[in-house]
Amino acid sequence: MTISRRDFIKTNAALAAAAAVGVTLPAGESALAADDGIRWDKGVCRFCGTGCGELIGVRNDKIVAVQGDPDSPVNKGLNCIKGYFLAKIMYGKDRLTKPLLRMKNGKFDKNGEFAPVSWDQAFDIMAEKWTAAIKKNGPTSIGMFGSGQWTIFEGYAAVKLMKAGLGSNNIDPNARHCMASAVGAFMRAFALDEPMGCYDDLEHADAFVLWGSNMAEMHPILYSRMANTRLTKPGCEVHVMSTFRHRNFDLSDNDIIFTPQTDLVIANYIANYIIQNGAVNKEFMDKHINVNKTTTDIGYGLRPGHPLQKKAKNPNKGKFTKISFDEYAKLVSEYTLEKASKMSGVAPEKLERLAKLYADPNKKVVSFWTMGCNQHTRGVWMNGLIYNIHFLVGKISEPGNGPFSLTGQPSACGTAREVGTFAHRLPADLVVKKEGHRKVAEKIWNIPPGVIPPKPGFHAVLQNRKLKDGKLNAYWVMCTNNLQAAPNMNEEGYPGYRNPKNFIVVSDPYPTVTAMAADLILPTAMWMEKEGAYGNAERRTQFWRQQVSSPGESQSDMWQIVEFSKRLKVDDIWPADVLAKKPEHKGKTLYEVLFANGQVNKFPLSELQPGFQNDESHDFGFYVQKGLFEEYRRFQFEGPKKGHEMAPFETYHKNRGMRWPVIDGKETMWRYREDYDPHVKKGEGVRFYGRKDGRANLIFAPYEPPAESPDKEYDLWLVTGRVLEHWHSGTMTRRVPELYRAFPNAKVYMNPADARARELRCGDEVKLQTRRGELLTRIETRGRNKPPEGMVFIPFFDASQLVNKLTLDATDPLSKEADFKKCACRVVEA
Amino acid sequence: MVSDKPIERSRVNNRRRFLADTARITCGVAIFGLALGLYSKQGRSLPATALRPPGALSEEDFLGACVRCGQCVRDCPYPTLGLAELGGEVTVGTPFFTAREAPCEMCEDIPCIAACPTGALDPGVTDIDDARMGLAVLVDEENCLAFLGLRCEVCYRVCPLIGKAITLEHQRNPRAGMLARFLPTVHSDRCTGCGKCEETCVLDEAAIKVFPIELAKGKRGSHYRLGWGEKQKAGKPRVSGIIEPPSRRPEARL
Repeated sequence: MTISRRDFIKTNAALAAAAAVGVTLPAGESALAADDGIRWDKGVCRFCGTGCGELIGVRNDKIVAVQGDPDSPVNKGLNCIKGYFLAKIMYGKDRLTKPLLRMKNGKFDKNGEFAPVSWDQAFDIMAEKWTAAIKKNGPTSIGMFGSGQWTIFEGYAAVKLMKAGLGSNNIDPNARHCMASAVGAFMRAFALDEPMGCYDDLEHADAFVLWGSNMAEMHPILYSRMANTRLTKPGCEVHVMSTFRHRNFDLSDNDIIFTPQTDLVIANYIANYIIQNGAVNKEFMDKHINVNKTTTDIGYGLRPGHPLQKKAKNPNKGKFTKISFDEYAKLVSEYTLEKASKMSGVAPEKLERLAKLYADPNKKVVSFWTMGCNQHTRGVWMNGLIYNIHFLVGKISEPGNGPFSLTGQPSACGTAREVGTFAHRLPADLVVKKEGHRKVAEKIWNIPPGVIPPKPGFHAVLQNRKLKDGKLNAYWVMCTNNLQAAPNMNEEGYPGYRNPKNFIVVSDPYPTVTAMAADLILPTAMWMEKEGAYGNAERRTQFWRQQVSSPGESQSDMWQIVEFSKRLKVDDIWPADVLAKKPEHKGKTLYEVLFANGQVNKFPLSELQPGFQNDESHDFGFYVQKGLFEEYRRFQFEGPKKGHEMAPFETYHKNRGMRWPVIDGKETMWRYREDYDPHVKKGEGVRFYGRKDGRANLIFAPYEPPAESPDKEYDLWLVTGRVLEHWHSGTMTRRVPELYRAFPNAKVYMNPADARARELRCGDEVKLQTRRGELLTRIETRGRNKPPEGMVFIPFFDASQLVNKLTLDATDPLSKEADFKKCACRVVEA
Repeated sequence: MVSDKPIERSRVNNRRRFLADTARITCGVAIFGLALGLYSKQGRSLPATALRPPGALSEEDFLGACVRCGQCVRDCPYPTLGLAELGGEVTVGTPFFTAREAPCEMCEDIPCIAACPTGALDPGVTDIDDARMGLAVLVDEENCLAFLGLRCEVCYRVCPLIGKAITLEHQRNPRAGMLARFLPTVHSDRCTGCGKCEETCVLDEAAIKVFPIELAKGKRGSHYRLGWGEKQKAGKPRVSGIIEPPSRRPEARL
């Protein structure tokens, strides 16, 4: 008789149970019982932009437990389900431990198989490819794709290597896909990036409006704080706007499900309502706001030859011009309640209720938004329209009142934005196209003028296009799974990576889809395997010490960046006339110019955090994180833009983070307001000091249609997104067995009526198709997300269902952020 | 691309196992004797972890009606249903599933009921939402992450009748002050007992479990009726004609 699988499992379970009785306690319990042997230290969550404080428990060089920091001002000891499993994310069975190069007959071959090589071999071939590309096609032929999950130090090292060393602005982060539109609108309105408020607004507000943010799943702890306020504060209300019904509606007092893209209409209607009903805060408007209108008909950020681009009158134009308030009032006057209701499909009483809330001078309102507004072909406009509403009623920059753009990634703010790892930026809100800004950078970095090109580099979507076109030939992807995450993988991303003209390097802890499409994979230390720092959505900078060693030969992104710089010589990279302006750099490596330069290497190993490892610093012989951070701080204090000041390095190792600007050892909770923000003088009240006149910009923008809408052939809206259980492309969370079991594979959420019309049932296997590709998935008609008829939703975390084969690479022409929320698809039986 | 391979494999396994079991039971006389002995020993009540397919009659009626043909198992498109084997706790040859291992996926066309030749699985159940395979019970509030205030609620989000069979009761979290708790709450009038919640509970041992209904449900004595329930049922007060006399209060308060 054979033994069946179930019997076998049962027997083993019984044996295990027997062995456990009286002999050993389960692992978790024994850890609790004998706490000795566990070293606890503070850390920060690896996942979303909330930035929950954690305590990390280490024994025998392994993270054996994690707890939410009970004293963290962000999360008070609580976590979401991803945070609960933090202790497991570094220990997936397929961690990469050796560099892997595609080889045939012992040599690199683009079509070869991955084989282990040494770091020396890896850097040799990288240096060869990078130097050759620069020699042949100039510094625009090299590029780097980084991450809002890089530590602040790593992002700073990367931007320095690219812009100050390699002389290329072709560095962009995955944050481009995430909050570039938010950045664009911040810069246009305030000339300073990031929110004026902080998480304390969650307790201070009387009402919340969600404009395209599923906080219930994507910012679980912030949602919990909002829910607590809703439950405990009399009269508190939550208005939820979305194109489909999701879990946030559990808390909603006013459900607003609108036709995609008509958020532009609703926002203008609210402004119109405020004006028509005499609710404008005239004093605030007169004193603090300039009124403008933006250039219209700006296209969709597609390739120039695309018919939609050709049709646009002013493709990619972001210019806005001053107008009078009356002109503005006239422009929004066409957005009547009737029109807004008709276009959006939302009942008029719901829209009016929302408008009344903003207009009510006695209600403090916080508007939250995330990808619904940012991943939008008019994302910058849409962000701006929310500011317009808050400007009109003066509800901004004070406790409980303000627009609050939530970020997705743990350091989208701290690294991507503040450090400036964008193609057009430099640290501390400086930009490459301004000569004065470049000069500041060249001075702090001690490099000759002319190294930093004035022209912005290739942004994320453009990088994939340039790879495909063979114009970007040596390319390094770090700390992100961009092949899976970027739009239109079939037509742009994948052909770009596999273009024989290009050499692609991917640094990752795990063999992601992106890594598997590379030519060289570099095994990477992650999270607590290095000393790090993240900046969350409320401007809070949080540090952690290295807790454990990384497996095998894996090394942190920072080590890789700095170590690679040793292989490059300025004489090979910089034009002779540029180098001649700093002859003392002749013959030096980029390592000597950028890192071992007397500034970054000035803090000795004796200053390392006592009792903790710091593998990179020991390797380089100096406290590299401290050197980079202190140099970065010079941008905050010596640059032309005030308001980004941070505390000295050591301060952050001692506290649970501080919200910048940090002046005289004190953090700032609400910016631009007297008594809260040290940059606003006594008597000024409010000052938007990003601009010399101290005023912010209200910018009118109209409704313009989306790039692609459903038609006869492709009859459904396709919306992509995330689920609570998984982080982005699932690289970490899908390797946690419990999270995998909780949500193993992506499925397409469909309205039951749409399923019936196609004679499909819940659970059926289907093909989800767009003009760009198709994938096999299963239908879900009962689940957590309930799209209206005519729309489907699918999460993108599943590497076995590459959702971005389907999406269109249309972007906001101003922010260059792709619209992952709107394209046309169809669903057919598999 | 959909990783449905394990499902296919398990289906084959189930069928093969079923055939093998049948062969074993019918062919070997010696084994038959043994089987008979075991059969008589196997109880007539289900163990707490074993759930019957949708539409199953009450356990006693089910055992009487089920001919152990295995056709429901054969037609189950998922690795859910299996046949009880010799020596197990479930009556040999009868179909059952274990929620933690493979829950019922609640097929809209209910192929298991369609396959049942005897009505042991009630053909009157035509909407899978009406099935009552068991009842989910949040058995361990002390370890349930949602009760602890963590944002888990996986059981709620996987529930095929989300918001109906399981709802989240919002409460403030007294310990953490500024945070709320979202307590998964099962409603027996909607819970089908499919077991998705137990399957996906992220704890090492599930805090929410599906039990056969008779194990999961309490029963009130008929000597007491819920006043508000009776009033709602009747649509009016159970006793009519009672008057509300006025109270004396200061006029300003009126």
